[in-house]
Amino acid sequence: MKDYMAILNLAENENNIRSLTTNRPIASIPIGSRYRVIDFMLSNLVNAGIGNVGIFTESNSRSLADHLGTGKPWDLNRKNDGLFLFNHGLCNLMYTDSKLIKNNMEYIYRSKSKDVILCSSYMVCNMDFAAVARAHEASGADITVVYTHTEKADTEFSDCFTLDVDPETGKLRGAGKNVGIGKVADVCMEIFLMPKKLLTDFIYKSTSLTSLSNFYNLIFDQIGNLKFNTYRFDGFVSCINTVSSYFKSNMDMLDIGVSSELFRSVERPIFTKIKDEPPTLYVKGCSVCNALIADGCRIEGTVKDSVLGRYVDVEKGAVVENSIILQNVRVHKNARLSHVIIDKNVDIDENTELKGSEYFPLVIEKRNLLR
Amino acid sequence: MIHKNMVALILAGGQGSRLGAMTKKVAKPAVPFGGKYRIIDFALSNCSNSGIDTVGILTQYRPQQLSTHIGIGTPWDLDRIHGGVSILPPYMSEAGGDWYRGTANAVYQNLGFLDQYDPSYVLILSGDHIYKMDYRKMLSEHIEKKAEATIAVIDVPLSEASRFGIMNTDDEGRIVSFEEKPAKPKSTLASMGIYIFSYANLKKFLSQDANDPDSDNDFGKNIIPAMIASGQKLIAYRFDGYWKDVGTVQSYWEANMDLLKADNDVKLFQSDWKLYTETGSIPSQYIGPDAELKDSIISEGCVIEGQVDHSVIFPGVYIGKDSRVVDSIVMADCRIEENVIVNKSILLEGVTVKSSNAVGDGKEIAVIDEGKVLSGGGFMD
Repeated sequence: MKDYMAILNLAENENNIRSLTTNRPIASIPIGSRYRVIDFMLSNLVNAGIGNVGIFTESNSRSLADHLGTGKPWDLNRKNDGLFLFNHGLCNLMYTDSKLIKNNMEYIYRSKSKDVILCSSYMVCNMDFAAVARAHEASGADITVVYTHTEKADTEFSDCFTLDVDPETGKLRGAGKNVGIGKVADVCMEIFLMPKKLLTDFIYKSTSLTSLSNFYNLIFDQIGNLKFNTYRFDGFVSCINTVSSYFKSNMDMLDIGVSSELFRSVERPIFTKIKDEPPTLYVKGCSVCNALIADGCRIEGTVKDSVLGRYVDVEKGAVVENSIILQNVRVHKNARLSHVIIDKNVDIDENTELKGSEYFPLVIEKRNLLR
Repeated sequence: MIHKNMVALILAGGQGSRLGAMTKKVAKPAVPFGGKYRIIDFALSNCSNSGIDTVGILTQYRPQQLSTHIGIGTPWDLDRIHGGVSILPPYMSEAGGDWYRGTANAVYQNLGFLDQYDPSYVLILSGDHIYKMDYRKMLSEHIEKKAEATIAVIDVPLSEASRFGIMNTDDEGRIVSFEEKPAKPKSTLASMGIYIFSYANLKKFLSQDANDPDSDNDFGKNIIPAMIASGQKLIAYRFDGYWKDVGTVQSYWEANMDLLKADNDVKLFQSDWKLYTETGSIPSQYIGPDAELKDSIISEGCVIEGQVDHSVIFPGVYIGKDSRVVDSIVMADCRIEENVIVNKSILLEGVTVKSSNAVGDGKEIAVIDEGKVLSGGGFMD
C-alpha cells in the first residue's frame, strides 16, 4: 500500500447517547471491558502501518486527551509524524467540521504522505486497512468509501449515511440517511480513502461555497463528478451512537466468536492505555458465568452475562446480571443489578435494586452515590 | 553534575539455582510472579513509590529477559532525563575485565556509576524479595540516628532463624554483631538484604575490601563485619510488613498462594502503593458459562471454561471445559485443554496440556518446563 496519513474525525452525533457523553465524546466511552471506542479505529490504522494520525475533536475532550496521552500505547509517540490532537470550537462540530479541517490545513500539508484515510471512531470493528488500501489503489478511483451491508437497519445504524450501491458493478449511485424504515441497507462506515490533494482542494472549494454543511455531505455531493469506488466490509461492526446500540455491542462481545475477531486477533491486536491494576481476585463463594472482566476487580458475589471494567468490586450477596459496569465501581452487599449501565466511579449501596430492560437499559451516570 | 540524595542499586545478577527449571533461562529477579508481575517489580515499584528516581540494576546471570523487561524503565516511571534506570552488567576495561565476584565487588565495579550522581546515600537492594516498603522511612531513621549503615531486619520465628543472616542488636537498635546462618541464633532479627549506606564511607570500605585478596567481596560476609569491627554505627531498621524471600520452589509457591486471601498481606490491591510491571494491550478475561472460580487470581487475556480453585493464573491462559486447576501457578499463554486435572503444579510459560490428562499428585510441587506439550493419556511425560 501507499503511504497514507489518517484523519479521525470525531464530529459524531451524540444526540441519542447523551447519558454517556456528558463528560466525554463518543470516542472515549469505555467499551468491551477495557477499551475506549476510539481504540478500535486507532488500532486499525496503526496495524496497517499508518504512523501519522490527526484527531479532530470537539471541546469536551478532557477524557479523550487523557486517554490518548502522547500516543504511546498505539506506538504513535514518534519524532516524525505520530499522533496529533486538534481540539477546537465550542459550537456543534456537525456543521462546522470542514472549517475545522481547513483551519488545520498546515498539518495536512506538512505530512509527506500523498494519500489520506478519513474515518470516524464510532464504527467499532477490526478492519484490515491495508486490504482496503490495496483495493482502493487497484480500482484507480478518486475516492473509496467503505460500507457494510445490514439487515437490521431498523434497529441499528440509526441516522447513519446509507449508500446506493449498484449490486452488479459496485458503483456508487447515491447516498442518503438511515431513518430506520427498512431493514436492509448498505451503511456507510464513514471511512474514505483519497489523495491528499483531492481532500485539500475539496475542502477549499466546498468551504468557499458554504460553511453550514457536514463534511460527508460535501463528499457525497461529488458523486457523478468524481470516480467513487466502494469497499464492502463483511466483518463484525457495531455502531455506537445510541444507548441501546452501546448496550448491545458490549453484550455481543461476550460471544467468543465476536471477541476473537474484534480484539483477540494476534495479527491485528487492539491497543489501549495501560493502567497498572493487579489481576482479578475471585473469592470463595463467588459465581461468575459468561462475563468479560478486566483486571483489578474483586468478585465475591454473582456476575452473569455482564461486562465489567477495571477495579469493580462485587461484594458478597450482590448480583450483577445483563449489565455493563465501567471502571472503579463498587457494588455493595446484596445489591441487585439487571440491565443497567453503571458509568465510572459509582457506589451502589447495600440492598439497592436497579433494573432496566434490554432495549431500555438503565444508565447511572458517572460519580453517583446511590442510596 | 546532578546531585542525588539517594541512589538505589538492585542486585539482580544471581541465578537462583534452587528455583530449578524456573531459572534455566532467566535470572531469578525476572521469574514471573503473582499473576502478571516479575519478582523484581517489587523492588522497582518500591523505589518508584518511595520517590527514588535513579536506579542501577546489576545483572550477570542470563540477563536478556530481565533487560527486555526493564527496558528504559517506563512502567516504573523511571524513564527520566536525569537519572532513571541503568542496567549495569560486568564489563571489560583497559586493564581487562572480570565477572562480578560477589555483591560487594559488583557495587565496587560500579562506583563510577554512583559517582556520576554524587549521592549522599546509597540504597542496596536484592531483586528477589516480595515486599512493599517505603525506603524514605528507613532513610529518615538512618539520618536521625546518624548511622553509617542501616540494615532492614524482620523478626523471624526462632526455629527458622538459622536460615538467615542474623543481627544481634543492643537496646537502641545498634548492631553489635552479625552472624550468617548461625547454628544457634542469639536473636530473631533477620537481615532483609536491604542496606542504606552513607556513600563516602561505603566507598572507603569497598576499596579496602577490593584490596583484600582473601575477601569473598560480599556485603554480609565482609563489608558489614568489617564496619562493625572498626566500631562504626550500624543500626537495624525493623520492618513489620509482609516480606518473603522466594529462593526455593516451595517458598515461591507459598508466596504466590499468599496472594489468594481476600485481605492478603502483600496488599496487591493497595491503590496508593501500586505494583508496576511491563504489560501489553491484552483483552479482558472471559469467564465462560460453566466456569467455577474459587480463591484465585486471574489475569487479562485468559479464557476460562473450567474450574479454578486456589490458583494463580497469568495472562493469556486457556482452561477448557471439565478441567480443574487446584493449588497451582499457571504462567502466561499456557493451554489446558478439556478434562484435565492440574494439582499443586507450576506450569511455566507456554505449556500445553492436552485433553484427558493429569498433572501433579497434590503432594510434591510439580514444575513443568517452559513450552512443554503434555500429550493425552499419560501422567506427565
